[in-house]
Amino acid sequence: MQRPKRKNPVLRTRLPTLPPAARSRVALGLTAAAALGRFELQQCRECGTVQYPPREACQKCLSVRLDWKPQPPGGELIAQTVLHHSNDLFFRERLPWRLGLVKLDCGPMVVAHLHAAAKGKVLARAMLDRAGQAVIVALPYKENGDMADDRQLREFTCDPQHRKILVADGKTAVGQALVQGFAKSGAEIIWVGYAEPWKKFAGFDELEKIPQVTLVPLDVTDSKNVKELAAEIAGKVDIVVNNAEHHRTFGISNRQGVETARAEMDVNYLGLLRLAQEFGPAMRSRGADGAASAVAWVNLLSVYALANFPPHGTFSASKAAAHSLAQCLRAEMRPAGVRVVNVFPGPIDDEWNQLLPPPKIAPAALAKSIVAALREGIEDVYPGDVAQEWLERWRDNPKALEREISA
Amino acid sequence: MLAAPVTVPYVRYSIRAAHWWLARALSSLLEASRLRKQDIDGLTISSFTLAPDTAIGLTQHLGVSPRWLDHIPLGGASGVVALRRAARAVQAGDADIVACIGGDTNHVDSFRLTLANFSQFARDAVYPYGAGGPNASFAFLTAHYMQRYGATREDFGKLCVAQRANALKYPHALFKKPLSMEEYLAARPIAEPLHLFDCVMPCAGAEGFLVLTEGRARSLGLPCIRLKATIERHNAFASDPVQIRAGWALDRDDLYAQAQCEPGDIDFVETYDDYPVISLMQLEDLGFCEKGEGPAFVRKHTFTHDGSFPLNTSGGQLSVGQAGAGGGFLGMVEAIRQLTGQAGARAVKDAKLGLVSGFGMINYDRGLGSGAAILAASQA
Repeated sequence: MQRPKRKNPVLRTRLPTLPPAARSRVALGLTAAAALGRFELQQCRECGTVQYPPREACQKCLSVRLDWKPQPPGGELIAQTVLHHSNDLFFRERLPWRLGLVKLDCGPMVVAHLHAAAKGKVLARAMLDRAGQAVIVALPYKENGDMADDRQLREFTCDPQHRKILVADGKTAVGQALVQGFAKSGAEIIWVGYAEPWKKFAGFDELEKIPQVTLVPLDVTDSKNVKELAAEIAGKVDIVVNNAEHHRTFGISNRQGVETARAEMDVNYLGLLRLAQEFGPAMRSRGADGAASAVAWVNLLSVYALANFPPHGTFSASKAAAHSLAQCLRAEMRPAGVRVVNVFPGPIDDEWNQLLPPPKIAPAALAKSIVAALREGIEDVYPGDVAQEWLERWRDNPKALEREISA
Repeated sequence: MLAAPVTVPYVRYSIRAAHWWLARALSSLLEASRLRKQDIDGLTISSFTLAPDTAIGLTQHLGVSPRWLDHIPLGGASGVVALRRAARAVQAGDADIVACIGGDTNHVDSFRLTLANFSQFARDAVYPYGAGGPNASFAFLTAHYMQRYGATREDFGKLCVAQRANALKYPHALFKKPLSMEEYLAARPIAEPLHLFDCVMPCAGAEGFLVLTEGRARSLGLPCIRLKATIERHNAFASDPVQIRAGWALDRDDLYAQAQCEPGDIDFVETYDDYPVISLMQLEDLGFCEKGEGPAFVRKHTFTHDGSFPLNTSGGQLSVGQAGAGGGFLGMVEAIRQLTGQAGARAVKDAKLGLVSGFGMINYDRGLGSGAAILAASQA
C-alpha cells in the first residue's frame, strides 16, 4: 500500500460513523468468536447441521441444542455485486463497496464483504467491524503479499502499517519487542515512553537506532507528565499500546502493608485511566481520519485478570481492575470505531516470573501475537499455549479454574 | 368474485401515517361500491409502516366492526394471499363482503428504517453489509441469473421500457416520461449489475378491492370478476444455493388444473416486479417458457398492453412506484380493471383471462413467499 498523503491540517476532519450495529442476541455468538479471531457457526448438537444466519432452533430437526463450533472456512463465491448506493452513512462514505454471496463448504450461504482479489474459491473469516460487531469477510483462498492493503479489509483490521504508534513503556523486554515488531510492519512513527528520562536502560541504544522511533518521557503514574505528552502527540496517535506494568509477587498474608499493592494499582489500573483520559478524547475524534486513522488501543493485561493467581495475588487484582476499566474504555471508544484490544498473556518469561515453571511466553512471541492481532482485527488476545489453555478452562467452568489455580 | 378496484393516488413522500393511506383506501372502496361502512364485515390489512398497530388496532382507528379480520404481513405476496383468504371466508359464510387493502406511507427516512428492521436475518446478516437492502440481494440473484442463463441487461431493459410505455397510459403512475433503451442502459449503477431503472422507487400509496359473492355483486350492480384458481407457497426450494425459482414452479400444475386452462390461454399477466429478474423467473416458473428460457422469451415478445404477451399493463411497480405492501396489490387491482373494462387506453383487447402473481419478503438471501391467481371476466 502506498503511504497515505499527508493530511492538510486546515481541512475538517471527517467525524467517525459506524456500520449498523444492531444484532439479535443469538447473532452475538459470531461476535464472541470473531473477538478471538475464530470462525464459528451454529451447529446442531442433535443432527450436526451447520446453519447461518443464527437461529433459535435447528432449521433441520428443530432442536434448540445449538453450539457455536469452529467451521472450515472454505467456500465458493457464487455471485458478487458492487454497491454504488447505500442508505447508511458509514457505507455511503465508503462507496463503491464489494459484496459476495458465498456457499460455504460446511453448508450455509453467507452474504460477505468481499476482498477485491477474491474469486472462485474463497476463505470466509468472521471479523469485527468498526461497530465492534462480527461480519463475514470473504478473502482470496491463497494469501498474496499485499492482501492486507485492500481498502475494505483495512476497515476491519488495525494494521500498524503507515500508522503512528505510542508504546507506553520501552524499558521492558515486551516493549522493546513490540517496537521492533511495529517498525518491521511499516509503522510511520513510534513514540516510545520511558519513565526515567535521566538514565539509559538496557536496550536504549538499539531502540534509538530504529529510524521511526522517538523516545519520549512517559511515567503513567504522573498525571502531569501524561497530560504534557498528550498535549504534544495525542492528536496524532493512531494506536496506543499500554504495556506499562508493575509486577510484584505474593498475595495477602506474605506481605505487610499496602504500598506494593498501591504501586501496582497506580501503574496497572490508574495508569490506564490516566492515559485513557488524556489520549482517549483526541483518538475518538480521529476515528475516521483517512486511510491511517486512529484505530486501536491495546492493553497488556494478564490471564490472572480472569481468575486470581494467589502467589501473585495483588498483581492479579490490579489486572482485574484494569480489565474492568478496559471494558469501560472499549464501550467509550466504540462510537468512534476505535478498537480496544485486550491482551491476556500467561506468565511472561521475565524476572518477576522467575520462580514459575515453564511454559512461559517469550517477550518476542507476545509482541508478535499483538502485532498479528492488530493485523487480523482480533479484540481479545490470548497469546501462546498457556493463555489458550487458561481461556478454554475459564470458558468451560470459571469456578473450576478458581479452584485449580489456587490449589 | 372480486370487485371495486381502487387506488389511492401515489406520492413519492408523505407526511401522513400508514393509517391515513389505509383509511383513504377503505373510503374509496365504499365510494366505488356505494356500500356503507357497516356493510363491510370482513377486512384484511397489509402494511409495513402501520407499526405499532396491526389490523386489529386499525378497526378502532377507522371505527369498523368486522366479524372477520386478517393482518397479512407477507409483503409482495399479500395481494394474492389476501384474495385467497377472503375468498375462503366468503365461501364459508364467515363474511359477506371483505375489503382487502394494502398500502404504506413513505416518509423521507422510513425506507431506511424499514430496511434496518425488516427481519431478524436481515438485521443480523444483510443490513450490516452495506445497508443495500433488497438491492444487494437482487443484485446477487440477477448476477447469478445472467451468468447461468445468458440474460443481458438489454433483456431486463426490454421489460422496463415496455412497462414504462404501459405506465404512460395509467394515470396513477409516478413515472410520466417515456423510457428509452439508451436511457435504461446509461443509468447509474446502484448495486451491479442493477442500475437505476432496475430498482423500484419506494413511495406512499394504497390499493384495495372487495371480495364478495356473485349474487351480492350483481345486486349491488358492481362489475366483478371471477377467481378461477390460486396457489400459495412459502420457503420453497430452500436448498437451492441461489434463488432461481420460487414456489410457483412447485404448484403451477395445480393452478392450471384448478382453472382448467393452459398458460397459452392467459390473455395478460401481472407479475410482481420489484426487479425485472423476478418477472423473468415468474414467467418461467408459471410455465410461459422453460427454466432458463426467459431471455429468449423476452426477445420474442413486446410486453406492451397492445402487443404480444401483455405484461404489467399498468406499468408495474417499476414504473408506477412501490407503495410498500400496496405493491403486492398493484397487479391484482389492475387485473380487475382489465377484466371489468375499466382499463381505459391501456386495455388488453378482448381480455378474458388474466394471471396475477405475488412474491414477497426478502428475509435473507431470497424471497420466501409466492402466490398466483387466475382471474376471469365474469361472462367467461
